[in-house]
Amino acid sequence: MSPVPGNSPQLQSLQGNQACALGAIAAGCRLFAGYPITPSSEIAERMSKELPRVDGVFVQMEDEIASMAACLGGSLGGVKSMTATSGPGFSLKQENIGYGIQAEIPCVVINVMRGGPSTGMPTRPAQGDVMQARWGTHGDHPIIVLTPSSVQEIYQQTIQAFNFSETYRIPVIVLYDEAIGHLVDTVELPDPKDIETTDRKWATGPAEDYLPYAPDKDGIPPMPRPGDGYRTHTTGLTHLETGFPTQVPDDVTRVTSRLLDKIENHRDEIEQYELLSCGDADILIVAFGITARASERAVNMARDKGIKAGLLRPVTLWPFPEKALQELAGHAKHVLVPEMNAGQLILEIERLCAGSVPVSGINRFDGETIKPNEVLAKIEELNNG
Amino acid sequence: MVESAMPLKIRQKSVDGARDEFEIRDYLRLDLFPHFLCPGCGHGIALRALLWAIHDLDIEKDQLAIVSGIGCSGRLSAYVDANTFHTTHGRPLAFAAGLKLARPDLHVIVITGDGDCLAIGGNHLIHAARRNLDITCIMMNNEVYGMTGGQVSPTTSLDRFTTTTPMGNQEPGFDACALAKGAGATFVGREVTLQTTALKNLMQEGLVHKGFSFVEVISDCTEIYGRKNDLGSSPEMVLSQKRSVLPRFDGTAVDKPFRAGNWETGILSRQERPEYYSAYRAHCHKVLGK
Repeated sequence: MSPVPGNSPQLQSLQGNQACALGAIAAGCRLFAGYPITPSSEIAERMSKELPRVDGVFVQMEDEIASMAACLGGSLGGVKSMTATSGPGFSLKQENIGYGIQAEIPCVVINVMRGGPSTGMPTRPAQGDVMQARWGTHGDHPIIVLTPSSVQEIYQQTIQAFNFSETYRIPVIVLYDEAIGHLVDTVELPDPKDIETTDRKWATGPAEDYLPYAPDKDGIPPMPRPGDGYRTHTTGLTHLETGFPTQVPDDVTRVTSRLLDKIENHRDEIEQYELLSCGDADILIVAFGITARASERAVNMARDKGIKAGLLRPVTLWPFPEKALQELAGHAKHVLVPEMNAGQLILEIERLCAGSVPVSGINRFDGETIKPNEVLAKIEELNNG
Repeated sequence: MVESAMPLKIRQKSVDGARDEFEIRDYLRLDLFPHFLCPGCGHGIALRALLWAIHDLDIEKDQLAIVSGIGCSGRLSAYVDANTFHTTHGRPLAFAAGLKLARPDLHVIVITGDGDCLAIGGNHLIHAARRNLDITCIMMNNEVYGMTGGQVSPTTSLDRFTTTTPMGNQEPGFDACALAKGAGATFVGREVTLQTTALKNLMQEGLVHKGFSFVEVISDCTEIYGRKNDLGSSPEMVLSQKRSVLPRFDGTAVDKPFRAGNWETGILSRQERPEYYSAYRAHCHKVLGK
């Protein structure tokens, strides 16, 4: 059943992937191009059912590369577009994600993480794409990656992803693991009129004076809609404000710096995180996704035992909430990074802590989630150590 | 705008006389000239034929979207005064699918090459043909990867020399038209750049066709491929196309195996089949009782 306009918030029992699809519809997504892959396929399935009801288009493309391309093509046409995948498909999409970044095309890419590398463990959860989400496409580039930790948050963060992508004209990645993707939980679906959605800035004014990549003061250029008379050129080549290619070093520096700065300069608006018992924490845990939920329980258990543990849960994984971490780590005796991989997020945490505090990890890459007791045991070990 | 960089000003009467004379400058971004194509390259002739067809069909430039991939053919979109998209290697048909599904009101034309369309993008070609979205795909076939310096392509003729077949190519080439037809393309045609008017007319038929139309243009790469294979100067190469052509005007299917030096040209196949977007939308409305 779809959320019905005019109803007050309704409660629905939803799987994470289905919550993602409903979030996308609520955000205004009207084109989905996908390719079947476990454990994300339910997103495509739900979108194929929901989109025709709102006069949108669902298309199952011939492969992952084509679905990323069609998603970008839809957005270039002016329609909010999304695709969804998992590790192997995410790898295949990377070239076109880079195109979306270079050509500044808003869109949303869902990556439901499974065990890897390669085919790995398609039905088992993992958090092994932390660095692929950041650095998967080649070249220097900015990225926004959101990482929900509950079914409710998948719904909200999918909407947020569309809003960020439209505001900053960039593909936004929503990264969550199989465990949350397949978790069924009760989700509160707000009345559509209470949902805040953002649309990209459209080009206005005379076509003669219009430069498609000349930014406004906020660093973001308004986007031309085909048919509105602007007749611009879009390319993955490094391009000037005119949209046409350049290889002049000074120009390349200017336009690429602007691309990086448009995210860097808006960190304050983009960065989101949640804190639990961090005020006096000696042991600061940094965890995201399903691992943050185990950590949350572990922190509460530790507090019951009188151990001063706290949790920083980044919701924006990239850009990482740097200042928040550095401030908290400055007061902590230990930083602990549990994650379902061999140690990826910890690299960023170590970089940010820069030796000011010991950083250790809990790592599982066996297709199992990290359990609260494992985190608690490590907290106790650090507390006693 | 660099007036002097443009070639001779050519005005050409439209074939049916229904429209104003075709003036190519009206359709180009002249401030990008001089263009980057090599002397003698056939791609410019093909682009001219396409713009002429667009002119005669009275397609509004604002409603025109040209999507290209990577390679020499990929660079052509930039020169057209329209909504132009220079996408990733092999993927213009997939970008175009998304664009057309989002904006069925636009005229979407894909310009691609033999490497872009048949090698890295081969999967997208067969599925675009099967799906039958209303897109026109113009594939420039010059039998070589020109942009990267002249490597063998999926249409390079047997025994031809390229930088990656220094002893002569031993791989058989694709018959792109047979491939497109086999995959379900509802309009398939081939023409040579020598026959500019025929090429323009073929493109025009492809543009009018409701559904996926595939037009292969036999286009010469003189500077790299021609030089490497001692095929003569540009005029000699273009004229040699004449000896390689078997024109077909009856629209019947090709029954001979494809090989260089024996190109079937003209409209090779034309069928009626529901256009994908219209069919999808109509079906959804029917099921939902809208």
